[in-house]
Amino acid sequence: MSYNRPAFRHPEAQKNDIGYTRKQYEGGISTLCAGCGHDSIVSAIITSFFEMSIPPHHVVKLSGIGCSSKTPAYFLGRSHGFNSVHGRMPSVASGANMANRELIYLGVSGDGDTASIGLGQFAHVVRRNLNMIYIVMNNGCYGLTKGQDSATADKGSKTRKGAPVSFESIDLCELAIQLGAGFVARGFSGDKKQLVPLIKAAISHRGFAFIDVISPCVTFNNAPTSTKSYSWVRDHMEVTNTFDFIPLRQEITTEYPDNTAVPVTLHDGSIIKLFKQEEQHIVTDRKDAIAAIEEARYNELLLTGFLYLNPDSEEFHDINKTVATPLNQLDEKTLCPGNKALAALNESLR
Amino acid sequence: MKPTDIKNPHYFHKVIDCQYACPAHTPVAEYIRLILHKHYTEAYMINWVSNVFPGVLGRVCDRPCEPACRRTRVDEEPVAICRLKRVAADNRDDVLGLLPKAPAQTNGKKIALIGAGPASLTVARDLSILGYEIEIFDDQTKLGGFMRSQVPSFRLPEEILNTEIGYITNLGNITTRTSHYVSDIRDLLAQDYDAVFVGCGAPRGRDLDLPGRAAGDKTIHVGIEWLAGVVWGHVEKIGKKVLVLGGGNTAMDCCRTARRLGGEDVKVIVRSPRAEMKASEWEIEDAVKEDIPIIENHTPREFVIEDGRLVGMLFDKVQPVYDENGRRRLEPTGEEPVFFACDEVLLAIGQQNAFPFIDENSGIEFTERGLPVLDPVTLQSTVERVFFGGDAAFGPANIIIAVEHGHQAAISIDLLCRGKNLHDRPHPQVKLAGQKLGFHDWIYDSHVTEDDRQQVPTVAKAKTLRDRLVEVELGFSQPTSKTEAKRCLNCDVQTVFDYTLCIECDACADICPTNCINFIENDEEAVLREQLIVPARNQSQDLYVSDTLPTGRVMVKDENVCLHCGMCAERCPTSAWEMIKFFYKSAQASQL
Repeated sequence: MSYNRPAFRHPEAQKNDIGYTRKQYEGGISTLCAGCGHDSIVSAIITSFFEMSIPPHHVVKLSGIGCSSKTPAYFLGRSHGFNSVHGRMPSVASGANMANRELIYLGVSGDGDTASIGLGQFAHVVRRNLNMIYIVMNNGCYGLTKGQDSATADKGSKTRKGAPVSFESIDLCELAIQLGAGFVARGFSGDKKQLVPLIKAAISHRGFAFIDVISPCVTFNNAPTSTKSYSWVRDHMEVTNTFDFIPLRQEITTEYPDNTAVPVTLHDGSIIKLFKQEEQHIVTDRKDAIAAIEEARYNELLLTGFLYLNPDSEEFHDINKTVATPLNQLDEKTLCPGNKALAALNESLR
Repeated sequence: MKPTDIKNPHYFHKVIDCQYACPAHTPVAEYIRLILHKHYTEAYMINWVSNVFPGVLGRVCDRPCEPACRRTRVDEEPVAICRLKRVAADNRDDVLGLLPKAPAQTNGKKIALIGAGPASLTVARDLSILGYEIEIFDDQTKLGGFMRSQVPSFRLPEEILNTEIGYITNLGNITTRTSHYVSDIRDLLAQDYDAVFVGCGAPRGRDLDLPGRAAGDKTIHVGIEWLAGVVWGHVEKIGKKVLVLGGGNTAMDCCRTARRLGGEDVKVIVRSPRAEMKASEWEIEDAVKEDIPIIENHTPREFVIEDGRLVGMLFDKVQPVYDENGRRRLEPTGEEPVFFACDEVLLAIGQQNAFPFIDENSGIEFTERGLPVLDPVTLQSTVERVFFGGDAAFGPANIIIAVEHGHQAAISIDLLCRGKNLHDRPHPQVKLAGQKLGFHDWIYDSHVTEDDRQQVPTVAKAKTLRDRLVEVELGFSQPTSKTEAKRCLNCDVQTVFDYTLCIECDACADICPTNCINFIENDEEAVLREQLIVPARNQSQDLYVSDTLPTGRVMVKDENVCLHCGMCAERCPTSAWEMIKFFYKSAQASQL
């Protein structure tokens, strides 16, 4: 087994606007099973940050516990990282975000880390609309502990051993929409053409951006009878809208007929152009969004793409009117304004 | 694009850049791996079967393999293939017991070989072991041709050459007639030879007819004749100031030999810019290391004679001018001629073919350029049983090309003697061997090292300049050879893709360090090349295209900078990718 990836890269590898090649966005070599969907998501994350020309050291990657939560070791080797307690990544992300709002926060979690042990933390970080990207690598099983059904495994779906799942599943996207997230999308690790622009749009979105990525567990949950397998997802994938993500400053060129496009402008000026086709819903309406997910589920289909978009939601800092400057850049006098200021504050609350 | 036909041996052979570039198609990667594991004798024998003179070629080969080496496309310098070959030769055990033997009973066919250079000796080896009776004619006292008379001993010690020639002459059924000049080929054709092979080289050095040439004749020498004079002991010293004219490898051998025979101020003067000199880059470097300046863009004007004695030469300064087709012309700069003082001049401005022993009534036809009219594949001349090879065939080239000509001529002669069609040639031998050892482990050393090319140690300059017989290079030590051998990317271990097993999880495309692997919609080659993750613009390297996958896409791999690291196969959950060693052996008359 190789413990190192060869150091050589393609000599004609493309450089991005800040002069980096993909290599500067890579991390260590993956120790996940061969063919794990998570590795593909890692690759999509690398591609997204590379193509967006974001300096790796402007990124904070955070995770909990699980196969998914190991992956921050495999991308953006030169960014900040925190591998936290199981299901507690949102707390650490909140704290870090409060201290410095200038960095980009990328939380990586799994279905166990988010929908089981971390469901409470997840619900509240969505409610608070923390400005972060939250990616769930969703394989419907506990891969690290030999493949037990997770809370996102669909009822009736069969894993490798053939036993059908007996409990109702949690649809994290539906939950996130209900709890007020302004950016909810679903991707598939086997479709980077769709996943990369979703991640890029999530990076541009201000507020909580949630992406549920179906990521087959090749070892424990890739039987054709499993709704999280490569073959099932490919056969049942439905896309809400085809779309173009146009980052800020990029010339608008599109292959789709423009008259059907619904542009959604994100906070940083980037545009998501949604191309509506007949009988498809508009994802900027919360009611319709939830209905569409439910309808797809009823039809045994997996709805992917943008599920709900509300670019104008207020994020945690806006709601709390917190200071814009990172705390480590404030001098002592500003941080500790003294007794007089405290007294004045107390007085105002009487 | 249509799916790649990997059953055609040509496809994977081409992936092994070094072997493909080698005229004799020596299995380079295979013997480098053997050297890595200290199996020097086996490595030597693989070479011996393929190129007949591993010890010689491990020192003085023109190395077409090295510029072709895949490593140059990701790293600065190629694997030191030639020097590794020498390691196998230096460290081998006695191979006499491993060599084939000519059968005691001959097959009744007699073949005459004119000239005893690498081409003829190869024919002798390939045919003698099949039972042919071989007779080699050469006007020199010892065998070896150019390898002996023109390659100086400080690059190729005589005993190395003697040993490897001995391996051939001792096979049996070979009669050598040295100091025997064939003055008319018709004498041989009149005898009962079933075929005659002409491997007489390109023996004539070009002269330079300029004012003063005749008057200075005593101290003006034709390079290859002078080098031969040194080998045979006719020349023992040279003047202190020497000018060497010419920019090829013979010029480099002349100037370095001159330094060893008393030349203190030796200069090489070239008409062209230095960058366009014909000499191999490493031979130029070796000359420069011996304090020999290379003076470029000077064309000779006249030999300056004073009191009946050569005192120097006048040169015109020129500059290269390129037309729209990139063709070079040397234009005078109009400056005053430049004078270089000297005691002697060596002319190394090219070699020509000469066939004074072939009469026009022999039936052997020649082109306008004085070269024999040959079938380029069979090397057969216009006389059915006369074949040519080496420099005698298509003009001056190098040893490894001569060896390959020898192999091809031997195949042709064998087919002729058996009454077969000369164009119905034998096929290469191909072997496939899976490299899987465990779930994630390979038989071959897949790790890609980042070491730079290792330097070959040399004897101190002062010592080698005193004695022309002291070999300059010492060869790699075993530890150094190991480091160097590890630089080999194992391009013969092929990435083989089975589209029926692929689940399109992208793991291979994600892990590939050089982004060779793509899963995209099929299209024409030109379009596909541009649509890959990194566009495949090296047209000399093929695209490996699979059949259509369940999602309607195809796998397209650009072979260009594949490191053969095996990562794709390691990360593949279904073994759709496999690492399979492809062993390719060119056809020879005797399938050794």
